[in-house]
Amino acid sequence: MNETIRELLARVGGLPVAVTELEDAADLYSAGLSSFASVQLMLAIEEAFDIEFPDSLLNRKSFASISAIEQTVAQILKAREAA
Amino acid sequence: MSLPAFATDMTLGARARRVAEVAAENADRVDQEARFPAEAVDAMKAERLLGIQIPVSFGGEGASIPEIAEVCSILGQACAASAMVFAMHQIKVSSLVEHGGDSEWHRDFMRELCARQLLVASATTEGGIGGNLRNSICAIEIDGDICRLTKDATVISYGAHADVIMVTSRAHADATPGDQVMTVFKKNQYTLEKTVDWDTLGMRGTCSDGFIFKGEAPAVQIFPKPFAEIAAQSMLASSHLLWSAVWYGIAADAMLRAQAFVRAAARKANGAQPPGAVRLAEASNLLQLLKANILSGLKIYADAKADPDQLSSMAFSIAMNNVKLASSETILVIINQAMIICGIMGYKNGTPYSLGRHLRDAHSAQLMISNDRILGNTSTMMLVQKPDTSLLG
Repeated sequence: MNETIRELLARVGGLPVAVTELEDAADLYSAGLSSFASVQLMLAIEEAFDIEFPDSLLNRKSFASISAIEQTVAQILKAREAA
Repeated sequence: MSLPAFATDMTLGARARRVAEVAAENADRVDQEARFPAEAVDAMKAERLLGIQIPVSFGGEGASIPEIAEVCSILGQACAASAMVFAMHQIKVSSLVEHGGDSEWHRDFMRELCARQLLVASATTEGGIGGNLRNSICAIEIDGDICRLTKDATVISYGAHADVIMVTSRAHADATPGDQVMTVFKKNQYTLEKTVDWDTLGMRGTCSDGFIFKGEAPAVQIFPKPFAEIAAQSMLASSHLLWSAVWYGIAADAMLRAQAFVRAAARKANGAQPPGAVRLAEASNLLQLLKANILSGLKIYADAKADPDQLSSMAFSIAMNNVKLASSETILVIINQAMIICGIMGYKNGTPYSLGRHLRDAHSAQLMISNDRILGNTSTMMLVQKPDTSLLG
């Protein structure tokens, strides 16, 4: 999952730095993720994992870092399995 | 022992109305001369309105955003420029109240602001950023305990008249444009060199000149939180809500003038319906919609305040954007209706029904953060956000 997220981030994130240089916990907004790019990233993740982010997870915190995104996606996948 | 015959009414509403009286007296001159509404701001200080939002424990009155919005609308009915100065000051204070409580310097500063009734201005706009306050070019330089900042601030509303300026910048020399901090600079800690004159269609008294800002202050005056959080959690909501309250005030006064005009006509009409009467009914309908829009925004903010996640959610941003879009557009329709009702008496300056200043001031609303930018922002969020379509939720 980490790899897919990194690939998508590299494709749509428009970051001024290489994604390979980012730690999992690095703050993506400080790294230059714009709010427009963060939405593009959400759309790309929804498509790649065939999920939809519920409104409660559409906030800055859920997308603040690669590991935060992983947790957010994992939470949705887990909820789907349980359903 | 005898009680004084008249006890001064010290409720917030009464204090605001006393300031509004002073503001109304000077509104036309402030507008004509494009000068700072010094009399009204002095009256705000005398009524101790500048510190009302600060918690009681730091010397203020702990006034809520709805209470402050009410003051904005009372002042807006008298002089839009004075009301906007008050609103912009309170927006900066909201950042202090919401994000300064963890820092000793900012807590002391809140006490000082209340005691000395300091007027706070904002320097978020910068030459070259294209109007997006969430980007900075300038960077703050931290040298031991001291920070230094130079900013080409193309707009600092009432900058020359403020006691304090809060300035955004990149967090350090290598930070990306969106990695910002905000720093409090007091009057003796900066210089302003005027670069641009504020000679505008309306809101002339806000004196939003451009300056080269140069400041040096202890580094503890930098807000301890990233500006991104401050912008999302206190500035976005307080700006859109308090501006809207000012605009509501402008529209409400325009409607009152139109109503006075129709009444005067009705008294002379011997029972016939005066021509503007139906339009007045329409304007009253729109004014109520505008009021409902602002009240619903104030409630959404009050509910979201309890939960930081909600404050930074897309649903909340969209709701605040929508309040701003609707208020800034509706006021123009209302004032235009009022102008048609009052006819030449509304179009002329210096009559009891004059509406030129109202109309010119109101035109700033769509541009203070361009509505096109806000629509673009909302449309991006709508690509992923799922609206709550319940009526009460």
